[in-house]
Amino acid sequence: MILNGNNIREAFPILERSVYGKRFVYFDNAATSQKPREVLELHDTIYRNSNANIHRAVHRLSAEATDLYEQGRAAVKRFINAGEDGCVILTSGATASFNLLAHSFTARFVGKGDRILVSEAEHHSNLVPWQLACDRVGAELGFIPVDDRGEIILDEYERMLDGRVKLVSVAQVSNVLGIVNPIREMVSMAHAKGIPVAVDGAQGVVHSESDVAALGCDFYIFSGHKIYAPAGTGVLYGKKALLEKMPPFFGGGDMVGTVSFEGTTYAPLPLKFEAGTPNYPAAACYAPALKMAEAMRSDADVFHEERRIVMFLVEQLQKINGLRIAGLPRDMGNKVPVISFSVEGAHPEDMALILDKMGIAVRSGLMCAEPLVRKFSDKGLLRISLLPYNTMEEAEFFMECLKKTLAMLKAI
Amino acid sequence: MNTRKPEEIAEEVVAEFSVFDEWLDKYEYLIELGSSLPIIDEKDKTDDKLISGCQSRVWLACEYRDGRIWFTADSDAIITKGIISLLIRVYNGQKPEDIASSDFGFIEKIGLRENLSPTRANGLVSMIGQIKAYAKKYEC
Ligand SMILES: Cc1ncc(COP(=O)(O)O)c(C=O)c1O
Repeated sequence: MILNGNNIREAFPILERSVYGKRFVYFDNAATSQKPREVLELHDTIYRNSNANIHRAVHRLSAEATDLYEQGRAAVKRFINAGEDGCVILTSGATASFNLLAHSFTARFVGKGDRILVSEAEHHSNLVPWQLACDRVGAELGFIPVDDRGEIILDEYERMLDGRVKLVSVAQVSNVLGIVNPIREMVSMAHAKGIPVAVDGAQGVVHSESDVAALGCDFYIFSGHKIYAPAGTGVLYGKKALLEKMPPFFGGGDMVGTVSFEGTTYAPLPLKFEAGTPNYPAAACYAPALKMAEAMRSDADVFHEERRIVMFLVEQLQKINGLRIAGLPRDMGNKVPVISFSVEGAHPEDMALILDKMGIAVRSGLMCAEPLVRKFSDKGLLRISLLPYNTMEEAEFFMECLKKTLAMLKAI
Repeated sequence: MNTRKPEEIAEEVVAEFSVFDEWLDKYEYLIELGSSLPIIDEKDKTDDKLISGCQSRVWLACEYRDGRIWFTADSDAIITKGIISLLIRVYNGQKPEDIASSDFGFIEKIGLRENLSPTRANGLVSMIGQIKAYAKKYEC
Protein backbone atom coordinates (compact mmCIF):
# COMPACT_ATOMS: atom_id res chain seq x y z
CA MET A 1 0.00 0.00 0.00
CA ILE A 2 1.34 3.44 -0.88
CA LEU A 3 0.28 5.82 1.81
CA ASN A 4 -0.27 9.50 1.56
CA GLY A 5 -2.33 12.01 3.53
CA ASN A 6 -5.46 11.26 1.52
CA ASN A 7 -5.53 7.54 1.34
CA ILE A 8 -4.59 7.14 5.00
CA ARG A 9 -7.66 9.15 5.83
CA GLU A 10 -9.79 7.12 3.47
CA ALA A 11 -8.87 3.99 5.38
CA PHE A 12 -10.59 5.37 8.51
CA PRO A 13 -14.31 5.76 7.78
CA ILE A 14 -15.13 7.71 10.96
CA LEU A 15 -12.97 10.63 9.85
CA GLU A 16 -15.63 11.53 7.30
CA ARG A 17 -18.25 12.36 9.86
CA SER A 18 -19.18 15.79 11.10
CA VAL A 19 -20.09 17.08 14.58
CA TYR A 20 -22.52 19.93 15.29
CA GLY A 21 -22.72 20.35 11.52
CA LYS A 22 -18.99 21.08 11.34
CA ARG A 23 -16.15 19.00 10.04
CA PHE A 24 -14.78 16.63 12.64
CA VAL A 25 -11.16 17.01 13.72
CA TYR A 26 -10.01 14.22 16.00
CA PHE A 27 -7.04 15.32 18.11
CA ASP A 28 -7.57 12.95 21.04
CA ASN A 29 -5.63 10.00 19.68
CA ALA A 30 -3.58 9.46 22.82
CA ALA A 31 -6.83 8.39 24.49
CA THR A 32 -7.74 6.01 21.71
CA SER A 33 -7.12 5.67 17.97
CA GLN A 34 -9.75 5.41 15.28
CA LYS A 35 -10.07 2.11 13.42
CA PRO A 36 -9.24 1.35 9.80
CA ARG A 37 -11.76 -0.39 7.57
CA GLU A 38 -9.84 -3.72 7.61
CA VAL A 39 -10.18 -3.85 11.39
CA LEU A 40 -13.90 -3.05 11.31
CA GLU A 41 -14.45 -5.67 8.63
CA LEU A 42 -12.52 -8.43 10.35
CA HIS A 43 -14.30 -7.78 13.64
CA ASP A 44 -17.63 -7.92 11.89
CA THR A 45 -16.70 -11.04 9.91
CA ILE A 46 -15.69 -12.95 13.00
CA TYR A 47 -19.06 -12.41 14.63
CA ARG A 48 -20.90 -13.15 11.39
CA ASN A 49 -18.89 -16.12 10.32
CA SER A 50 -16.44 -17.60 12.83
CA ASN A 51 -17.81 -16.95 16.26
CA ALA A 52 -17.14 -19.63 18.87
CA ASN A 53 -15.23 -19.72 22.10
CA ILE A 54 -11.53 -20.32 21.63
CA HIS A 55 -9.15 -23.00 22.90
CA ARG A 56 -11.96 -25.13 24.26
CA ALA A 57 -14.06 -27.06 21.81
CA VAL A 58 -13.17 -29.52 19.07
CA HIS A 59 -15.65 -28.14 16.56
CA ARG A 60 -14.86 -26.30 13.37
CA LEU A 61 -15.79 -22.75 14.35
CA SER A 62 -13.87 -22.95 17.60
CA ALA A 63 -10.82 -23.93 15.58
CA GLU A 64 -11.33 -20.98 13.23
CA ALA A 65 -11.79 -18.52 16.06
CA THR A 66 -8.75 -19.91 17.86
CA ASP A 67 -6.67 -19.54 14.70
CA LEU A 68 -7.73 -15.94 14.27
CA TYR A 69 -6.93 -15.17 17.90
CA GLU A 70 -3.52 -16.77 17.59
CA GLN A 71 -2.87 -14.87 14.36
CA GLY A 72 -3.50 -11.72 16.39
CA ARG A 73 -0.89 -12.84 18.88
CA ALA A 74 1.54 -13.68 16.08
CA ALA A 75 1.07 -10.20 14.63
CA VAL A 76 1.96 -8.68 18.00
CA LYS A 77 5.05 -10.89 18.26
CA ARG A 78 6.23 -9.74 14.84
CA PHE A 79 5.44 -6.09 15.52
CA ILE A 80 7.43 -5.96 18.73
CA ASN A 81 10.07 -8.42 17.53
CA ALA A 82 9.56 -10.80 20.43
CA GLY A 83 12.19 -13.54 20.26
CA GLU A 84 12.22 -17.13 21.43
CA ASP A 85 13.06 -16.00 24.96
CA GLY A 86 9.95 -13.81 25.18
CA CYS A 87 6.23 -14.36 25.48
CA VAL A 88 3.21 -12.28 24.47
CA ILE A 89 0.30 -12.39 26.93
CA LEU A 90 -2.93 -10.92 25.60
CA THR A 91 -4.91 -8.87 28.11
CA SER A 92 -7.82 -6.44 28.01
CA GLY A 93 -5.59 -3.34 28.02
CA ALA A 94 -2.45 -1.72 29.36
CA THR A 95 -4.11 -1.21 32.73
CA ALA A 96 -4.94 -4.90 33.00
CA SER A 97 -1.36 -5.73 31.97
CA PHE A 98 0.07 -3.51 34.68
CA ASN A 99 -2.18 -4.96 37.34
CA LEU A 100 -1.16 -8.46 36.30
CA LEU A 101 2.54 -7.56 36.26
CA ALA A 102 2.46 -5.63 39.53
CA HIS A 103 0.63 -8.40 41.33
CA SER A 104 2.52 -11.38 39.99
CA PHE A 105 5.99 -9.80 39.88
CA THR A 106 5.88 -8.47 43.43
CA ALA A 107 4.38 -11.71 44.73
CA ARG A 108 7.45 -13.58 43.50
CA PHE A 109 10.32 -11.11 43.49
CA VAL A 110 9.62 -8.26 45.91
CA GLY A 111 9.70 -8.31 49.68
CA LYS A 112 9.64 -6.05 52.70
CA GLY A 113 11.96 -3.06 52.38
CA ASP A 114 12.55 -3.59 48.64
CA ARG A 115 11.92 -0.81 46.13
CA ILE A 116 10.32 -0.41 42.73
CA LEU A 117 11.18 2.64 40.67
CA VAL A 118 8.74 4.49 38.44
CA SER A 119 9.17 8.00 37.05
CA GLU A 120 7.35 11.15 38.09
CA ALA A 121 5.71 11.15 34.67
CA GLU A 122 3.67 7.97 34.82
CA HIS A 123 0.08 7.36 33.84
CA HIS A 124 -1.94 6.18 36.85
CA SER A 125 -1.93 2.71 35.27
CA ASN A 126 1.81 2.48 35.86
CA LEU A 127 1.53 3.90 39.33
CA VAL A 128 -1.53 2.78 41.26
CA PRO A 129 -1.05 -0.99 40.65
CA TRP A 130 2.48 -0.63 42.08
CA GLN A 131 1.19 1.27 45.09
CA LEU A 132 -1.31 -1.53 45.74
CA ALA A 133 1.29 -4.24 45.22
CA CYS A 134 3.93 -2.51 47.35
CA ASP A 135 1.43 -2.08 50.18
CA ARG A 136 0.73 -5.79 50.05
CA VAL A 137 4.35 -6.88 50.43
CA GLY A 138 5.70 -3.96 52.46
CA ALA A 139 7.86 -2.58 49.66
CA GLU A 140 8.16 1.06 48.67
CA LEU A 141 7.99 3.07 45.46
CA GLY A 142 10.73 5.43 44.33
CA PHE A 143 10.12 8.22 41.83
CA ILE A 144 12.69 9.00 39.16
CA PRO A 145 12.54 12.78 38.78
CA VAL A 146 11.91 14.67 35.54
CA ASP A 147 13.23 18.19 35.00
CA ASP A 148 11.24 21.30 34.06
CA ARG A 149 11.40 20.31 30.40
CA GLY A 150 9.84 16.95 31.27
CA GLU A 151 13.01 14.96 30.63
CA ILE A 152 14.12 12.18 32.96
CA ILE A 153 17.16 13.18 35.02
CA LEU A 154 19.45 10.27 34.20
CA ASP A 155 22.09 11.06 36.85
CA GLU A 156 19.44 10.89 39.54
CA TYR A 157 18.11 7.70 38.03
CA GLU A 158 21.52 6.07 38.12
CA ARG A 159 22.01 7.07 41.75
CA MET A 160 18.65 5.55 42.65
CA LEU A 161 19.57 2.14 41.22
CA ASP A 162 20.76 0.54 44.42
CA GLY A 163 20.60 -2.97 45.81
CA ARG A 164 17.08 -2.55 47.13
CA VAL A 165 15.57 -1.92 43.69
CA LYS A 166 13.85 -4.99 42.28
CA LEU A 167 12.28 -3.47 39.16
CA VAL A 168 12.17 -0.27 37.13
CA SER A 169 8.84 0.47 35.43
CA VAL A 170 8.86 3.51 33.22
CA ALA A 171 6.93 5.08 30.34
CA GLN A 172 8.54 5.05 26.93
CA VAL A 173 6.53 8.17 26.08
CA SER A 174 4.44 9.96 28.69
CA ASN A 175 0.81 10.51 27.69
CA VAL A 176 1.14 14.11 28.90
CA LEU A 177 4.65 15.18 27.94
CA GLY A 178 4.97 13.45 24.58
CA ILE A 179 8.72 13.00 25.00
CA VAL A 180 10.48 9.79 23.99
CA ASN A 181 12.48 8.67 27.02
CA PRO A 182 15.98 7.17 26.59
CA ILE A 183 14.77 3.64 27.23
CA ARG A 184 17.76 1.80 25.76
CA GLU A 185 20.10 3.74 28.03
CA MET A 186 17.87 3.29 31.06
CA VAL A 187 17.67 -0.44 30.42
CA SER A 188 21.46 -0.81 30.16
CA MET A 189 21.96 1.18 33.34
CA ALA A 190 19.50 -1.04 35.23
CA HIS A 191 20.78 -4.27 33.70
CA ALA A 192 24.33 -3.34 34.70
CA LYS A 193 23.08 -3.76 38.26
CA GLY A 194 21.00 -6.85 37.51
CA ILE A 195 17.66 -5.00 37.74
CA PRO A 196 14.91 -5.86 35.23
CA VAL A 197 12.97 -3.12 33.42
CA ALA A 198 9.28 -2.87 32.46
CA VAL A 199 8.30 -0.33 29.82
CA ASP A 200 4.90 1.34 29.47
CA GLY A 201 4.64 1.45 25.70
CA ALA A 202 1.01 2.66 25.60
CA GLN A 203 2.06 5.81 23.73
CA GLY A 204 5.52 4.66 22.63
CA VAL A 205 4.20 1.76 20.58
CA VAL A 206 2.54 4.21 18.16
CA HIS A 207 5.04 7.06 18.34
CA SER A 208 8.41 5.40 18.85
CA GLU A 209 10.22 2.11 18.37
CA SER A 210 8.39 -1.03 19.44
CA ASP A 211 11.27 -3.47 18.98
CA VAL A 212 11.68 -5.10 22.39
CA ALA A 213 14.94 -6.73 21.36
CA ALA A 214 16.41 -3.33 20.50
CA LEU A 215 14.98 -1.70 23.61
CA GLY A 216 16.32 -4.57 25.69
CA CYS A 217 13.50 -4.39 28.22
CA ASP A 218 12.22 -7.36 30.21
CA PHE A 219 8.55 -6.39 30.04
CA TYR A 220 6.70 -4.27 27.48
CA ILE A 221 3.09 -3.20 27.90
CA PHE A 222 0.63 -1.48 25.60
CA SER A 223 -3.04 -1.19 24.68
CA GLY A 224 -4.20 -2.38 21.28
CA HIS A 225 -6.91 0.25 21.03
CA LYS A 226 -4.35 3.05 20.84
CA ILE A 227 -2.79 1.42 17.80
CA TYR A 228 -5.86 0.85 15.60
CA ALA A 229 -7.16 -2.38 17.21
CA PRO A 230 -10.57 -2.44 18.95
CA ALA A 231 -11.05 -1.59 22.61
CA GLY A 232 -10.56 -4.37 25.10
CA THR A 233 -7.13 -5.32 23.79
CA GLY A 234 -3.82 -5.13 25.61
CA VAL A 235 -0.42 -6.77 25.68
CA LEU A 236 2.00 -7.85 28.34
CA TYR A 237 5.24 -8.96 26.75
CA GLY A 238 7.69 -10.52 29.15
CA LYS A 239 10.87 -12.54 29.25
CA LYS A 240 9.90 -16.18 29.71
CA ALA A 241 12.54 -16.71 32.39
CA LEU A 242 10.77 -14.19 34.61
CA LEU A 243 7.18 -15.02 33.65
CA GLU A 244 7.73 -18.71 34.35
CA LYS A 245 8.61 -17.96 37.94
CA MET A 246 5.66 -15.63 38.51
CA PRO A 247 2.36 -16.93 39.94
CA PRO A 248 -0.87 -16.39 37.96
CA PHE A 249 -3.00 -13.32 38.71
CA PHE A 250 -6.49 -14.42 37.68
CA GLY A 251 -7.60 -17.97 38.21
CA GLY A 252 -10.26 -19.65 36.13
CA GLY A 253 -10.80 -21.43 32.87
CA ASP A 254 -8.03 -22.00 30.31
CA MET A 255 -5.15 -21.18 32.65
CA VAL A 256 -4.91 -24.55 34.29
CA GLY A 257 -3.13 -27.85 33.86
CA THR A 258 -5.20 -30.06 36.11
CA VAL A 259 -7.66 -28.93 38.73
CA SER A 260 -8.67 -30.86 41.79
CA PHE A 261 -10.21 -29.73 45.03
CA GLU A 262 -6.83 -30.14 46.69
CA GLY A 263 -4.95 -27.93 44.27
CA THR A 264 -4.27 -26.92 40.72
CA THR A 265 -1.38 -27.01 38.33
CA TYR A 266 -1.10 -24.29 35.74
CA ALA A 267 -1.02 -24.26 31.99
CA PRO A 268 2.24 -23.30 30.31
CA LEU A 269 2.86 -19.73 29.12
CA PRO A 270 1.08 -17.70 27.90
CA LEU A 271 -2.19 -19.39 28.93
CA LYS A 272 -1.20 -19.39 32.59
CA PHE A 273 -1.90 -15.66 32.53
CA GLU A 274 -4.95 -15.70 30.25
CA ALA A 275 -7.77 -16.95 32.46
CA GLY A 276 -11.31 -16.85 31.16
CA THR A 277 -12.75 -15.99 27.76
CA PRO A 278 -10.75 -13.15 26.26
CA ASN A 279 -12.08 -10.62 23.78
CA TYR A 280 -10.97 -12.88 20.94
CA PRO A 281 -12.66 -11.01 18.06
CA ALA A 282 -10.91 -7.82 19.15
CA ALA A 283 -7.56 -9.52 19.67
CA ALA A 284 -7.77 -11.11 16.23
CA CYS A 285 -7.83 -7.57 14.84
CA TYR A 286 -4.23 -7.01 15.90
CA ALA A 287 -3.33 -8.52 12.53
CA PRO A 288 -4.90 -5.80 10.32
CA ALA A 289 -4.32 -3.07 12.93
CA LEU A 290 -0.60 -3.66 13.18
CA LYS A 291 -0.34 -4.09 9.42
CA MET A 292 -1.69 -0.54 9.16
CA ALA A 293 0.71 0.69 11.83
CA GLU A 294 3.60 -0.98 10.04
CA ALA A 295 2.63 0.54 6.69
CA MET A 296 2.51 4.02 8.24
CA ARG A 297 5.73 3.59 10.11
CA SER A 298 7.74 2.38 7.13
CA ASP A 299 6.65 5.26 4.91
CA ALA A 300 9.24 8.08 4.92
CA ASP A 301 6.73 10.64 3.63
CA VAL A 302 4.38 9.92 6.50
CA PHE A 303 7.24 10.35 8.93
CA HIS A 304 8.39 13.66 7.45
CA GLU A 305 4.91 15.09 7.33
CA GLU A 306 4.41 14.21 10.99
CA ARG A 307 7.68 15.95 11.93
CA ARG A 308 6.59 19.01 9.99
CA ILE A 309 3.24 19.10 11.81
CA VAL A 310 4.85 18.69 15.26
CA MET A 311 7.28 21.55 14.60
CA PHE A 312 4.52 23.75 13.19
CA LEU A 313 2.27 23.20 16.22
CA VAL A 314 5.03 23.72 18.78
CA GLU A 315 6.21 26.91 17.10
CA GLN A 316 2.75 28.36 16.64
CA LEU A 317 1.67 27.49 20.17
CA GLN A 318 4.74 29.13 21.65
CA LYS A 319 3.84 32.38 19.90
CA ILE A 320 0.71 32.67 22.04
CA ASN A 321 1.13 34.90 25.06
CA GLY A 322 0.89 33.08 28.37
CA LEU A 323 0.89 29.63 26.75
CA ARG A 324 3.22 27.09 28.27
CA ILE A 325 3.93 23.66 26.80
CA ALA A 326 4.54 20.85 29.28
CA GLY A 327 7.19 18.68 27.71
CA LEU A 328 9.81 20.39 25.56
CA PRO A 329 12.85 18.17 25.13
CA ARG A 330 16.27 19.64 24.33
CA ASP A 331 16.28 17.59 21.14
CA MET A 332 12.94 18.25 19.40
CA GLY A 333 13.44 15.01 17.48
CA ASN A 334 12.24 13.37 20.70
CA LYS A 335 8.93 15.25 20.74
CA VAL A 336 6.01 13.24 19.38
CA PRO A 337 2.62 14.67 18.36
CA VAL A 338 1.29 14.58 21.92
CA ILE A 339 1.31 18.20 23.04
CA SER A 340 -0.06 19.41 26.38
CA PHE A 341 -0.18 23.01 27.47
CA SER A 342 -1.72 25.57 29.78
CA VAL A 343 -2.72 29.13 28.94
CA GLU A 344 -2.74 31.83 31.55
CA GLY A 345 -6.27 33.06 32.18
CA ALA A 346 -7.97 30.18 30.38
CA HIS A 347 -9.23 27.01 32.06
CA PRO A 348 -8.47 23.87 30.02
CA GLU A 349 -12.04 22.66 30.48
CA ASP A 350 -13.41 25.88 28.97
CA MET A 351 -11.00 25.59 26.06
CA ALA A 352 -11.95 21.96 25.42
CA LEU A 353 -15.69 22.73 25.56
CA ILE A 354 -15.43 25.55 23.06
CA LEU A 355 -13.08 23.68 20.73
CA ASP A 356 -15.54 20.78 20.79
CA LYS A 357 -18.27 23.08 19.52
CA MET A 358 -15.93 24.06 16.69
CA GLY A 359 -15.67 20.37 15.78
CA ILE A 360 -12.29 19.65 17.38
CA ALA A 361 -11.93 16.80 19.89
CA VAL A 362 -9.17 17.43 22.44
CA ARG A 363 -8.53 16.29 25.99
CA SER A 364 -8.51 18.46 29.09
CA GLY A 365 -7.86 17.89 32.76
CA LEU A 366 -5.45 15.77 34.70
CA MET A 367 -5.15 13.07 32.03
CA CYS A 368 -4.76 10.18 34.48
CA ALA A 369 -1.39 11.55 35.52
CA GLU A 370 -2.35 13.80 38.38
CA PRO A 371 1.00 14.15 40.19
CA LEU A 372 2.73 15.07 36.92
CA VAL A 373 0.08 17.46 35.62
CA ARG A 374 -0.06 19.27 38.96
CA LYS A 375 3.67 19.97 38.58
CA PHE A 376 2.83 22.09 35.57
CA SER A 377 -0.59 23.55 36.33
CA ASP A 378 -3.09 23.29 39.17
CA LYS A 379 -6.01 23.61 36.74
CA GLY A 380 -4.92 20.77 34.52
CA LEU A 381 -3.77 20.91 30.92
CA LEU A 382 -5.17 20.84 27.43
CA ARG A 383 -3.76 18.07 25.25
CA ILE A 384 -3.79 17.55 21.52
CA SER A 385 -2.55 14.23 20.17
CA LEU A 386 -2.27 13.32 16.52
CA LEU A 387 -1.75 10.22 14.40
CA PRO A 388 -0.65 9.99 10.77
CA TYR A 389 -4.25 10.34 9.55
CA ASN A 390 -4.25 13.90 10.86
CA THR A 391 -3.13 16.58 8.44
CA MET A 392 -1.26 19.87 8.35
CA GLU A 393 -4.49 21.51 7.29
CA GLU A 394 -6.17 20.26 10.47
CA ALA A 395 -3.25 21.58 12.51
CA GLU A 396 -3.66 25.01 10.91
CA PHE A 397 -7.40 24.92 11.48
CA PHE A 398 -6.80 23.99 15.12
CA MET A 399 -4.48 26.97 15.63
CA GLU A 400 -7.11 29.31 14.19
CA CYS A 401 -9.81 27.84 16.43
CA LEU A 402 -7.58 27.95 19.50
CA LYS A 403 -6.98 31.66 18.98
CA LYS A 404 -10.70 32.28 18.60
CA THR A 405 -11.33 30.25 21.75
CA LEU A 406 -8.83 32.25 23.76
CA ALA A 407 -10.36 35.46 22.50
CA MET A 408 -13.79 34.24 23.63
CA LEU A 409 -12.34 33.47 27.04
CA LYS A 410 -10.63 36.86 27.05
CA ALA A 411 -7.30 35.18 27.62
CA ILE A 412 -5.62 36.94 24.68
CA MET B 1 -36.95 37.61 48.57
CA ASN B 2 -37.92 36.12 45.26
CA THR B 3 -41.55 36.69 44.36
CA ARG B 4 -41.48 34.27 41.45
CA LYS B 5 -41.31 30.51 41.74
CA PRO B 6 -38.29 28.62 40.33
CA GLU B 7 -40.43 27.24 37.47
CA GLU B 8 -41.29 30.72 36.23
CA ILE B 9 -37.70 31.89 36.19
CA ALA B 10 -36.59 28.64 34.58
CA GLU B 11 -39.07 29.23 31.77
CA GLU B 12 -37.60 32.66 31.25
CA VAL B 13 -34.09 31.16 31.00
CA VAL B 14 -35.25 28.58 28.47
CA ALA B 15 -36.82 31.35 26.40
CA GLU B 16 -33.58 33.35 26.52
CA PHE B 17 -31.56 30.41 25.29
CA SER B 18 -34.00 29.53 22.54
CA VAL B 19 -32.79 32.49 20.46
CA PHE B 20 -29.37 30.91 19.98
CA ASP B 21 -29.04 28.31 17.28
CA GLU B 22 -25.27 28.33 17.31
CA TRP B 23 -23.50 26.59 20.16
CA LEU B 24 -20.80 29.18 20.31
CA ASP B 25 -23.38 31.92 20.87
CA LYS B 26 -24.76 29.98 23.82
CA TYR B 27 -21.27 29.81 25.24
CA GLU B 28 -20.65 33.51 24.68
CA TYR B 29 -23.81 34.14 26.67
CA LEU B 30 -22.81 31.74 29.45
CA ILE B 31 -19.43 33.45 29.70
CA GLU B 32 -21.22 36.77 30.06
CA LEU B 33 -23.56 35.38 32.73
CA GLY B 34 -20.58 34.17 34.74
CA SER B 35 -19.77 37.73 35.70
CA SER B 36 -23.15 38.21 37.41
CA LEU B 37 -22.57 35.30 39.79
CA PRO B 38 -22.91 36.18 43.51
CA ILE B 39 -19.35 35.31 44.40
CA ILE B 40 -18.62 33.20 47.43
CA ASP B 41 -16.55 34.82 50.15
CA GLU B 42 -12.86 33.99 49.76
CA LYS B 43 -12.85 32.60 53.33
CA ASP B 44 -15.67 30.19 52.42
CA LYS B 45 -13.64 28.59 49.64
CA THR B 46 -12.93 25.58 51.80
CA ASP B 47 -12.79 21.95 50.79
CA ASP B 48 -16.20 21.16 52.29
CA LYS B 49 -17.74 23.69 49.87
CA LEU B 50 -16.05 22.09 46.86
CA ILE B 51 -18.31 20.10 44.58
CA SER B 52 -16.85 16.81 43.47
CA GLY B 53 -17.32 15.33 40.02
CA CYS B 54 -16.37 18.50 38.16
CA GLN B 55 -13.26 18.87 36.04
CA SER B 56 -12.92 22.42 37.26
CA ARG B 57 -13.10 23.53 40.88
CA VAL B 58 -16.56 24.67 41.95
CA TRP B 59 -17.45 26.05 45.36
CA LEU B 60 -21.02 26.49 46.48
CA ALA B 61 -22.18 27.93 49.81
CA CYS B 62 -25.61 28.93 51.08
CA GLU B 63 -27.20 30.96 53.78
CA TYR B 64 -30.66 30.53 55.25
CA ARG B 65 -32.47 33.77 56.06
CA ASP B 66 -36.17 34.44 56.70
CA GLY B 67 -37.27 31.08 55.40
CA ARG B 68 -35.35 31.41 52.13
CA ILE B 69 -32.04 30.13 50.81
CA TRP B 70 -29.34 32.38 49.34
CA PHE B 71 -26.44 30.97 47.41
CA THR B 72 -22.94 32.15 46.63
CA ALA B 73 -20.49 30.26 44.44
CA ASP B 74 -17.37 30.42 42.30
CA SER B 75 -15.41 28.35 39.84
CA ASP B 76 -12.03 28.63 38.19
CA ALA B 77 -13.66 27.75 34.84
CA ILE B 78 -15.68 30.46 33.23
CA ILE B 79 -18.33 28.37 31.45
CA THR B 80 -18.99 26.49 34.66
CA LYS B 81 -19.39 29.84 36.35
CA GLY B 82 -22.03 30.76 33.80
CA ILE B 83 -23.93 27.55 34.43
CA ILE B 84 -23.92 28.02 38.20
CA SER B 85 -25.06 31.56 37.79
CA LEU B 86 -28.04 30.22 35.82
CA LEU B 87 -28.82 27.76 38.60
CA ILE B 88 -28.51 30.46 41.22
CA ARG B 89 -30.69 32.85 39.26
CA VAL B 90 -33.45 30.27 39.37
CA TYR B 91 -33.00 29.07 42.94
CA ASN B 92 -31.74 32.08 44.85
CA GLY B 93 -34.10 33.42 47.52
CA GLN B 94 -36.47 30.49 47.11
CA LYS B 95 -38.11 28.46 49.84
CA PRO B 96 -36.30 25.20 50.67
CA GLU B 97 -39.40 23.14 49.83
CA ASP B 98 -39.73 24.77 46.39
CA ILE B 99 -36.08 24.00 45.62
CA ALA B 100 -36.29 20.46 46.93
CA SER B 101 -39.35 19.66 44.81
CA SER B 102 -38.02 21.31 41.63
CA ASP B 103 -37.17 18.98 38.73
CA PHE B 104 -34.30 21.05 37.29
CA GLY B 105 -35.58 20.11 33.84
CA PHE B 106 -34.69 23.49 32.36
CA ILE B 107 -31.03 22.48 32.18
CA GLU B 108 -32.03 19.79 29.73
CA LYS B 109 -34.28 22.16 27.83
CA ILE B 110 -31.47 24.59 27.14
CA GLY B 111 -29.48 21.64 25.85
CA LEU B 112 -26.71 21.83 28.41
CA ARG B 113 -26.99 18.37 29.81
CA GLU B 114 -26.49 16.43 26.58
CA ASN B 115 -23.98 18.75 25.12
CA LEU B 116 -21.61 19.15 27.97
CA SER B 117 -18.81 16.65 28.21
CA PRO B 118 -19.54 13.55 30.29
CA THR B 119 -17.29 14.78 33.08
CA ARG B 120 -19.03 18.12 32.99
CA ALA B 121 -22.47 16.53 32.91
CA ASN B 122 -21.51 14.73 36.10
CA GLY B 123 -20.37 18.02 37.52
CA LEU B 124 -23.73 19.50 36.70
CA VAL B 125 -25.48 16.62 38.39
CA SER B 126 -23.30 17.17 41.46
CA MET B 127 -24.05 20.91 41.48
CA ILE B 128 -27.77 20.24 41.36
CA GLY B 129 -27.35 17.55 44.00
CA GLN B 130 -25.62 20.03 46.30
CA ILE B 131 -28.31 22.68 45.81
CA LYS B 132 -30.96 20.10 46.68
CA ALA B 133 -28.97 18.86 49.65
CA TYR B 134 -28.81 22.40 51.05
CA ALA B 135 -32.56 22.80 50.48
CA LYS B 136 -33.32 19.52 52.27
CA LYS B 137 -31.24 20.65 55.20
CA TYR B 138 -33.51 23.65 55.79
CA GLU B 139 -36.84 22.12 54.80
CA CYS B 140 -39.26 22.02 57.70
C1 LIG C 1 1.11 6.08 28.99
C2 LIG C 1 -0.14 5.30 29.24
N1 LIG C 1 -0.10 4.22 30.03
C3 LIG C 1 -1.18 3.47 30.28
C4 LIG C 1 -2.41 3.78 29.74
C5 LIG C 1 -3.61 2.94 30.09
O1 LIG C 1 -4.18 2.37 28.97
P1 LIG C 1 -5.64 1.68 29.03
O2 LIG C 1 -6.56 2.71 29.56
O3 LIG C 1 -5.89 1.31 27.63
O4 LIG C 1 -5.53 0.51 29.93
C6 LIG C 1 -2.51 4.89 28.91
C7 LIG C 1 -3.82 5.27 28.33
O5 LIG C 1 -4.33 6.34 28.48
C8 LIG C 1 -1.35 5.67 28.66
O6 LIG C 1 -1.40 6.75 27.87
